[in-house]
Amino acid sequence: MNIFLPILPELSIFISAVLLLIVGLFVKNIKLIINLAIITLIIAIILVLVQPVQSAFNNSLTIDEFSKIAKTLILIGSLASIVMYHSSREDLNINLFEYPILILLATIGMMIMVSANDLIAIFIGLELQSLTLYVLAALNRNHLASSEAGLKYFLLGALSSGLLLFGLSYIYGFTGNTNLNLISTTVTSGNIGLIIGIVFVCSGIAFKVSAVPFHMWTPDVYEGAPTPVTAFFALAPKVAAIALAVRFLIVGFSDIAFDWQQIIIFLSIASMVFAAFAAIAQKNIKRLMAYSSIGHVGYALIGLACGTPQGISSLVIYLSIYLIMNIGVFSFILSMKNKGEYYENISDLSGLYKTHPYYSVVITILMFSLAGIPPLAGFFGKFYIFIAAIESNLLLLAIVGILASVIGAFYYLRIIKVIYFDESKNSFDGFSHRSLGLLTHPSAILILIFCLYPLPLIKISNYAASSFF
Amino acid sequence: MIQLEQFLILSSLIFSIGVIGIFLNRKNVIIILMSIELILLAVNINLVSFSYFLGDLTGQIFALFVLTVAAAEAAIGLAILVVYNRNAGNIEIENINSLKG
Repeated sequence: MNIFLPILPELSIFISAVLLLIVGLFVKNIKLIINLAIITLIIAIILVLVQPVQSAFNNSLTIDEFSKIAKTLILIGSLASIVMYHSSREDLNINLFEYPILILLATIGMMIMVSANDLIAIFIGLELQSLTLYVLAALNRNHLASSEAGLKYFLLGALSSGLLLFGLSYIYGFTGNTNLNLISTTVTSGNIGLIIGIVFVCSGIAFKVSAVPFHMWTPDVYEGAPTPVTAFFALAPKVAAIALAVRFLIVGFSDIAFDWQQIIIFLSIASMVFAAFAAIAQKNIKRLMAYSSIGHVGYALIGLACGTPQGISSLVIYLSIYLIMNIGVFSFILSMKNKGEYYENISDLSGLYKTHPYYSVVITILMFSLAGIPPLAGFFGKFYIFIAAIESNLLLLAIVGILASVIGAFYYLRIIKVIYFDESKNSFDGFSHRSLGLLTHPSAILILIFCLYPLPLIKISNYAASSFF
Repeated sequence: MIQLEQFLILSSLIFSIGVIGIFLNRKNVIIILMSIELILLAVNINLVSFSYFLGDLTGQIFALFVLTVAAAEAAIGLAILVVYNRNAGNIEIENINSLKG
């Protein structure tokens, strides 16, 4: 039994998912299954946090400080998305008990991704996550937009898996190993086959994190998928794929950092600049959040491009803040409804301040934080990233990042302008569902108080970064 | 005796056919599914030939994993395609454009 101890959190989620699948067949009580899934995730968070640092299965899985923090973030994202599903399943007409089970299975895939230390484990984790996400995107079976989103995500996601796998096969062939630690001992600069492999793997990962130029699926899938699923896409898989990229590049290829650094720098600049301009013209708030997430991935990749302890710890800070902000924004989007009809256009928000001043303040805090306006948490996330970039002599990245965030502030501020200064047209239910308020308010409070108590998060991120250096 | 380079050329040709097939094909989604299979099989040729020439079994085990996942991927792809077909009435690529902005 001892060999299963290192994967106890994954195993407990898996067993619970299988049992819930059977229970769901016989018990027509979705609420029970949702509650059991939430309990499973909470137990998994505790199991992850109490696990000792170790490696398992011939070093193909590593449980270290970084993977523990990344797994906790992923589990929080999954938890939030299940709560969002619970609050909206009636109105969205997706009363399927499979949703929490699919989320659990995707979570296992992402947890394997962040602790994978072997090419085969990377591939298996990534595919377990992707295959589940394809199904989730197409979850609303009677809705054309949802099934189209699922189809598009599947076609492009399968292509990206193919690219990634081709890269993995080259890395295996030109180093003779599949274990990242063993690979790092055989890496030499000037090995063309290896570089081809890294380029393919980087493009595959860029696809999963939706970095430009591999972003084309993001806006369509975000718009078409049911909103709780969109929230899940924006939360957990981003964290998992970036964590995978960090481990893959830093553990395996830190000796040829110069070669992959250029790819990451390009992806980062392209994502930040593209997202800042493309989001301006958006009318649908889910599409807007898609471009916003593309931009945020660009900023997070700066931390990876640094490749220094400071870069990685600022990346962890950024991802945690990004997760908290997105939980708040998506639960707000889910509460934009009137008599069961969901609003998705930005113009539908007009005049919200006159009818719901309190919620307007909450969404203003979230939007200011996304735009990176001090003293909110979003500003500090960007601040640490830029400091790390400047200290590792990546001035260009810091300058482009600051310019892009100035341009990007426009579309966040436009939402606030619509809320405060436009004539009101629609009425709102507000936070009619208690569980949505349970997500929005803590995230807004955390964003507000981060500037007063930044130390815990900084300590956590240094703890996470300590596993690589 | 066939050299490793020849296997690599073969697999990259098949891989390219797969990728080009995805982007040039304007008619049918099923053809894209076939192209994806081609890509994954090209990867398998890579893995098995590397494994043979390195004298290391790991590559062949990796290839078995790839085969399994490819089967699962095809199954999910076809399932999503069936759902899409039921909603849209056809699976022509030019008509997959209701989400745009």
